[in-house]
Amino acid sequence: MSEVMSKLKKDYIYNLLLKGQREDGRAFDEIRDITLETHVIDKAEGSAKVQYGNTQVLVGVKIQVGTPFPDSPDVGVIITSLELNPIASPTFESGPPRENAIEMARVTDRGIRESGAIDLKKLCITRGEEVWMVFIDIHVLNDEGNIINAASLGAIAALMTSIVPAERNGKGEDFMLPVREMPVCISLADIGGELMIDPGRNEETVCETKIMITSNQDGSICAMQKSGEGALSEKQVLQAVTIACEKAAQVREEHLLKI
Amino acid sequence: MSKPEKFFDENGLRLDGRRVDEIRPMKIEVGVLSRADGSCYLEWGNNKVLAGVFGPRELHPRRMQRPDTAIVRYRYNMAAFSVEDRIRPGPNRRSTEISKVSREAFEPVVMTHLYPSAVIDVFAEVLQADAGTRTAAINAAAIALADAGIPMKGLVSACAVGKVDGKLVLDLGKEEDNYGDADLPVAMTQDGDITLIQMDGNLTQDEFKEAMEMVKVGGKQILEIQREALKSKFSQFKTEEIEEAAVIETPEPDATIDETVGIETEVDESVETDTEVIETEDDNEKVGAVFVEDDANDKEPDENTDDEDVEEGEINE
Repeated sequence: MSEVMSKLKKDYIYNLLLKGQREDGRAFDEIRDITLETHVIDKAEGSAKVQYGNTQVLVGVKIQVGTPFPDSPDVGVIITSLELNPIASPTFESGPPRENAIEMARVTDRGIRESGAIDLKKLCITRGEEVWMVFIDIHVLNDEGNIINAASLGAIAALMTSIVPAERNGKGEDFMLPVREMPVCISLADIGGELMIDPGRNEETVCETKIMITSNQDGSICAMQKSGEGALSEKQVLQAVTIACEKAAQVREEHLLKI
Repeated sequence: MSKPEKFFDENGLRLDGRRVDEIRPMKIEVGVLSRADGSCYLEWGNNKVLAGVFGPRELHPRRMQRPDTAIVRYRYNMAAFSVEDRIRPGPNRRSTEISKVSREAFEPVVMTHLYPSAVIDVFAEVLQADAGTRTAAINAAAIALADAGIPMKGLVSACAVGKVDGKLVLDLGKEEDNYGDADLPVAMTQDGDITLIQMDGNLTQDEFKEAMEMVKVGGKQILEIQREALKSKFSQFKTEEIEEAAVIETPEPDATIDETVGIETEVDESVETDTEVIETEDDNEKVGAVFVEDDANDKEPDENTDDEDVEEGEINE
């Protein structure tokens, strides 16, 4: 279910955006203040709490021994799930994930998987029998828009601090989860043909279309998705890629490289 | 299937003999289902996809109705037997996501404001899957929508571009999809606006630009094929009608007019009866019941081998 907003407010925000202004006074290429905290949950193998403005997301990583999939007997498994917890917004309901949550989980997953962030080959214990399974659980605590960026930043940060619990499982010594890439996802919303980075909750309600782009350290792109009812011009897509890669580098430098 | 030793032969041709910028052969049949308002059967390489459109029709449950516009529903579904290892029938996380983005690929072109409170249902069934099913389904659905007479600003054409062995290729084949380095499905309007874009894998920004150029060309080719398919159906219809008329004309000259009138009244009547049916309470409930059943089927997300392994785990969890 989408947010309910009065037409008056919608028009106000829309007209403001057309003038190149945003509700909270940000520039179109300005991301909200991000705070990233790791090691927040002791019981988890790795964890991170992310605030994107007032959007709050908590990511926990659990690692367990499991059986590999028959078509990939010698690599570990990544499983990403995202829950839009009813505590996060009056419009979220409990129950199995709907298409929005599924989409966000899958876009996050794709960023981690396709960037090769985790060296899955190193997570094989016995070929065909036992591998480490990495569960990334994303708990959305407060929705003030752009959950997906917060979620993927939290996911990679949590992974970077994860320790594989080998000792507890009788598989030798504990070791750091082998993470070799830092994918960062950046969302841009379309407003009257202009692109606006990191849309807030009201801006998401007003803008029909957004594009999410995940990029790597070398500036290459590893995942992308358009979401929403509208269309984007080719020029916008290309522009979005340039902006997203640039901003991702900034976010990576300011937050992930400090971990 | 195992990874091929090389993806290109000495002439730079691909595993199935295509050039890098060549799409697989596409075969389209329009209007193949009698009960659907519009339908299309599409074969693209080894993909076999069937799309059916119902509506605009009354939307149940009524709380989902929107007083100012029609809503579009899109269901992408893979048949259990469409892939090598049987998949559990019914929606899963992958198909839910594809359904969502595909619906959003059509929302910019379908003129929903003309049918307040109504629903336009698009069902895309993948009967045989061989890389690029979501794009094949979108191409079929666009034709089915046109066949149903749904007012649209234009057709939607979809095509994927990817990277294999460091080279960009148009319309990935199965091996290229499974063992390639990147996959970028794109749907576009006939004006070139992008209504669906997804990507996974790895592309540099320059490669991405080049890929967009390639996929634009591919989309245009597909648009032509779609147009031809639609034209052939409706021009064929015309010729048949003329031939029929000609046959009848010889013995009885007035028959042509009668027949035309007959057809017209028939159409009108059906429209009228439809409206009446919708207004009666009993039938409302019947329609409602059908949807409840549908909803029940929509539950229980499930698995599909075509996708990443993750999903299985997620479900098992």
